[in-house]
Amino acid sequence: MGRETESQFHVLAVDDSLFDRKMIERLLQKSSCQADESSHDPNATSTSPETHQEVEINLIITDYCMPGMTGYDLLKKVKESAAFKSIPVVIMSSENVPSRISRCLEEGAEEFFLKPVKLADLTKLKPHMMKTKMKKENEKLTKEENEVSKPEIKEDSTVIEILPLHQELESEQHEPMLSSNKRKAIEEVISTDRSRPKYNDITTSV
Amino acid sequence: MGLVKMQKSLQDYTKSLFLEGILDSQFLQLQQLQDESNPDFVSQVVTLFFQDSDRILNDLSLSLDQQVVDFKKVDPHVHQLKGSSSSIGAQRVKNACVVFRNFCEQQNIEACHRWLQQVKQEYYLVKNRLETLFKLEQQIVASGGMIVAFEPGF
Repeated sequence: MGRETESQFHVLAVDDSLFDRKMIERLLQKSSCQADESSHDPNATSTSPETHQEVEINLIITDYCMPGMTGYDLLKKVKESAAFKSIPVVIMSSENVPSRISRCLEEGAEEFFLKPVKLADLTKLKPHMMKTKMKKENEKLTKEENEVSKPEIKEDSTVIEILPLHQELESEQHEPMLSSNKRKAIEEVISTDRSRPKYNDITTSV
Repeated sequence: MGLVKMQKSLQDYTKSLFLEGILDSQFLQLQQLQDESNPDFVSQVVTLFFQDSDRILNDLSLSLDQQVVDFKKVDPHVHQLKGSSSSIGAQRVKNACVVFRNFCEQQNIEACHRWLQQVKQEYYLVKNRLETLFKLEQQIVASGGMIVAFEPGF
């Protein structure tokens, strides 16, 4: 018996450089395309993203050197926050400073990438992405067991959004804002037909 | 010029940029990120690089021309330029930035002026070459051809 499972994967990219954000956005799109085989059923009921007021972040990837706050500071804040501490954090830096790298890893960073980040580096993130995805699917399964069973359609869709964040995370209630255009794009992706190639599952916004 | 000839010209031109050390393998990484879903990725990202760099070089010139040079302002600019040129694969620009940055750390104003000129020179060179490369690509596409991914073979 299959279930309707739909997981949207949101990546928060933090970097003060628009150029770097564009690069990481494309890298994430491309690496995910290669990772996921997604199937689409146009008859599946999709969860309208517009009913979701909150966006859940599944991965944070941040630059180390930023004005006002380093990636390490951000990492610490995330790990100290009850709401965010389970989110994997990846740090990037153009400088190869071993003590910096070990400090970040000790503080709980999942990975530390040296810039320029390559496609091959991002394949290291796959297990983290899969782990989070599986966890969400399991949570959904448990929840749906108590509901009336819907038509059995198994659907996997991965949506990656890059949401730039310049400011510090000031409160635990911080929610990245999605513009309505982006939400529309997500909705279009979910409702496309099966014959479209797999990379249409990926939506990004910078 | 026939399509096959144009494509050969493009390959040869690209190859020369690698052989001269103007571009390094990071540029190939960029090309890997370009595909049917993102057919203009390389030129988009390179255009962003040009815009950023023009601005940074201008800011650097102004900063170094001040009576009292504020090296705390200069350093992040050089760092940014070094980073983006490295991400593009503009090897010689990056290398010049490394030297420039060392002199900034030493607060050696004279050497900084000299090396800023070096950075600018290398930057204009790579800018010129990449603009030519994109023109060659456009000609091919305009003639109905496709851009074949560059195979370094070395």
